[in-house]
Amino acid sequence: MTTNNNNSNIIQVVDLYKNFGKLEVLKGITTEIKVGEVVVVIGPSGSGKSTFLRCLNYLETPTSGDIIFNGEVINPKTNLNKLRQDMGMVFQRFNLFPHKKVIDNITLGPLKVRKQSKEEATEQALNLLEKVGLSDKANSYPDQLSGGQQQRVAIARALAMRPKVMLFDEPTSALDPEMIGEVLEVMKELAREGMTMVVVTHEMGFAKEVGDRVIFMDDGKIAEQNSPEELFSNPQNPRTRSFLSKII
Amino acid sequence: MDFRWDLVWESMPLLLEGAWLTVKLTAIAVFFGIIIGTIMGMLRITRTPFRYLAAVYIDFTRGTPLLVQIFIIFYGIPAIINTSLPAYLSAVIALSFNSGAYVAEIVRAGIQSIDKGQVEAAQSLGMTYTQTMKYIILPQTFRRIVPPLGNEFIALLKDSSLVSAIALEELVRKGNIIMTRTFRPFEVWFAVALIYLIMTFTISRLVALAEKNLRVGDSA
Repeated sequence: MTTNNNNSNIIQVVDLYKNFGKLEVLKGITTEIKVGEVVVVIGPSGSGKSTFLRCLNYLETPTSGDIIFNGEVINPKTNLNKLRQDMGMVFQRFNLFPHKKVIDNITLGPLKVRKQSKEEATEQALNLLEKVGLSDKANSYPDQLSGGQQQRVAIARALAMRPKVMLFDEPTSALDPEMIGEVLEVMKELAREGMTMVVVTHEMGFAKEVGDRVIFMDDGKIAEQNSPEELFSNPQNPRTRSFLSKII
Repeated sequence: MDFRWDLVWESMPLLLEGAWLTVKLTAIAVFFGIIIGTIMGMLRITRTPFRYLAAVYIDFTRGTPLLVQIFIIFYGIPAIINTSLPAYLSAVIALSFNSGAYVAEIVRAGIQSIDKGQVEAAQSLGMTYTQTMKYIILPQTFRRIVPPLGNEFIALLKDSSLVSAIALEELVRKGNIIMTRTFRPFEVWFAVALIYLIMTFTISRLVALAEKNLRVGDSA
């Protein structure tokens, strides 16, 4: 029985370490994500922010420490696929399945993993495509779409699993500048609908507009975390100040 | 000395009979070669002890002559277990076994050429290893390895001539029979070569066609 397990926490991260060989990338991360919270993770490259995100759904296996999801400690041997069904992920490079049409990219998970019926999965996929503004692209192949369109399909694909949390790993970093807006719009809409989101990004505008909390990571640790207003206008840590002065 | 086209023409029925056996042997070996090769190619890159089994199989098969493998299966193994294996079955086993090793390396390289992000995307949807392989990795791999597979099958068709050494009357063996009957080596082997050429050319056209039709959506 854990008495400190607050029910409003969907994810708890406890003393997370991750080494790649001799390289220590995460050096003791402890934090929690509340239901409905939008957490934006920022930091210089190499600070471990993507690794942190990828540890949350065990795409990287932590060297030590625990991820507690929905009150349950993740054990990669027993409940990993279940965890991943409930944690959608959007990648920097989209990672759509190039041999499948847009609609099939979206229905694949629900059909094969959630075992939904074809009708149900298709109807849901069409609704999601409408939501991300790509109803006319259902029968296109990914390589026929622009980067921004591909990323919106990737978001729809992740949402089709009806996840409890969405993880975004620098979702706009591989996009041409004119396409960043359309992806951020979809993400903002999701945030407004109450989706729990953890977003690694360099888009400070997004953090300010919809972020509930900003985590600044530096050298494998959480150097500072606060509400976006506080963190951006009144950073406490000198590393945060130095980082913000370079990017804003 | 003139070239006797009439002899080429007269040899055709017998040679085509042999060619039909060549085609059958190759087709069966291609079928089993793909199955063996896919399994071995996948095992080769798993983190299980089976990967050593696959490595030994591939190294042994690629490192020894096909002719020797045919002899081991036709003469060697029956001698040990005190039985006999029909030539046809021996040939099918040897050719499938041999082709499987080359296909395994093609499949392994093909799987490894698929972007790691594809596995991650599949995993992030909660797919199991088997689902990821079945729906995401192998379909993309097979689209990509059609050209090298085509080369392998052309090589296999030509290499199948080695089973003439265990008295199977495929194309080369038939050529030999006609040759000893007519003593016209040039016409006979010219006719044999022509038939091989037609067969290999047909395969390479079919492969090119398959490649074109499968290219859908894979610009990576």
